Amino acid sequence: MSALLSIEGLGIGFGGIRAVNDVSFSVRPGEILSVIGPNGAGKTTLFNMISGVYRPDTGRVVLDGEDVTAIEPHLLARRGLSRTFQNLQIFQSMTVLDNAVAGYHLRESGSVLADLFSLPASRRRAREAREGARALLARVGLDRAAEREAGNLSYGALKRLEIARALALNPKVLLLDEPAAGCNAVETEEIDQLIAEVARSGVAILLVEHDMKMVMRISNHIVVLDHGEKIAEGDPATVSQNPAVIAAYLGSEEAAHADG
Amino acid sequence: MKISAKSATLLVLVVLVALSPLLFPSNFYYRVGALIFVNAIAVTGIVILTGYAGQVSLGHAGFAGIGAYACALAPVHWGIHPGLALFLGAGISGVLAYLVGRPILRLHGYYLGVATLGFGILVAMILTNERGLTRGPDGIDVPDLGLRALLGELGLSLSNGQFWYFFTGLCMILGAWIALNLHDSPTGRALRALHGSEVAARTVGIDVAQLKLRAFVISAVYASISGSLLALQNRFVTPDVAGFMHSIEMVTMAVLGGVGSVLGAIFGAAILTLLPQVLTVFAEYEHMVLGLVMILVMIFLREGLLPSILKKLRGKDE
Repeated sequence: MSALLSIEGLGIGFGGIRAVNDVSFSVRPGEILSVIGPNGAGKTTLFNMISGVYRPDTGRVVLDGEDVTAIEPHLLARRGLSRTFQNLQIFQSMTVLDNAVAGYHLRESGSVLADLFSLPASRRRAREAREGARALLARVGLDRAAEREAGNLSYGALKRLEIARALALNPKVLLLDEPAAGCNAVETEEIDQLIAEVARSGVAILLVEHDMKMVMRISNHIVVLDHGEKIAEGDPATVSQNPAVIAAYLGSEEAAHADG
Repeated sequence: MKISAKSATLLVLVVLVALSPLLFPSNFYYRVGALIFVNAIAVTGIVILTGYAGQVSLGHAGFAGIGAYACALAPVHWGIHPGLALFLGAGISGVLAYLVGRPILRLHGYYLGVATLGFGILVAMILTNERGLTRGPDGIDVPDLGLRALLGELGLSLSNGQFWYFFTGLCMILGAWIALNLHDSPTGRALRALHGSEVAARTVGIDVAQLKLRAFVISAVYASISGSLLALQNRFVTPDVAGFMHSIEMVTMAVLGGVGSVLGAIFGAAILTLLPQVLTVFAEYEHMVLGLVMILVMIFLREGLLPSILKKLRGKDE
């Protein structure tokens, strides 16, 4: 099958420093592609360019055959790209259910006048979104926390809630920025299974993750970044044997020792 | 049966409006009540803008001024019925809010506060200086709404105070109903979402700038209707209605009572409207007290009086 999301020669610099330089790869439906690399390799910067937060200096992002480079995040959402964040972005003071329902925004929003006067059309849209959101919460194991204020949830639960909200958009492509960061082994396992299940439903998944065991376990394809450059790519077995990759990781550890 | 927060709020408001007159020591309190309701309408608009959407306006009195002077001027100059002039004023306010808000709400941060501050001052200046049209700082008469006479013909005779008390009370309840509808609707949820995290709101497809603009326009219409009702009730209006202090009053009332809650904000409006009427000393120090209230609420009761009290009560239950 052809690529759903293609990254073509993407690059960006901040004040003379090339944070990401000429990175290309593509993701097919149902595929889990992981981007790995030492801290500061440019993974999150790359994500922010793909999801419209940063405007790249060079290259293009093609989503389902359409050039979507640097278009605003809410328009990307409309075209089927959804994401989660490394530093959780949850609507803290809203209930868990409302957080998930917010993911249905594009499908549930209609006339403001209908909303102001609580017309049947508005209530029906809200009810459908609520039903969908409840089903999604059940899928990520949060159905029993639906009425709680999101800010009171554990970190791992919030991670799952963020994924549920992203799934509510019914995306073609899902960007996950460190979905297992800060989670314990059990929580990581749960997120693992969830991601694999979402991929099986035909969503293209782009993953940034520090947990190497998780990356090796669930990825179909791995792209390795170092100093903003793509230094290797391939299936997990190939990448883990690649000398450049080993050097990059060892190098960064040596540097860390030297700093310490 | 569990009663929804929306029904509970409306029930409380209906009961308060209907039963408070039983406790009134004199007819003067009908007038105080009507003033509370008129302020409560403007403050409900602030709840939508600030409480739901997290945006701050320091010039909402400008819209109140437009609403008030629409009722004073449109009947005289264009022969429009004062009741329709209220809607005309609301329409003008909505369009102006759109024009002012559109370029600004694309930007982040405090730009809206500064721009609305300028807008409010501008409106107050025009109303003060365009003597040919507005008769300047001395104020201008406002025609009779005529609704009380109509009710009288239908056999429901109310004193002027009673009429305005119940009429503005009804308008306030209607305004609260609309604001509560919005809260639980898709648009309201999106507003609360962008208040929580704009970044996340964008990724679920929310057009942040457009939604903020909608909240701003809706709240401007609330302020305008509040101004119109004040003018129609007093049968007289001065440019003070659009003054900076009036804008600050609206924000303070909302913040004091609880800007995230319609009932809380109305409670705040009631307290700050009642105080200067009951304590004449208060009137002299009003500006100082407003400032002090803001500071104390921000330090001790971030969420506002009513939500903080309710939280305390619930905490004891558990």
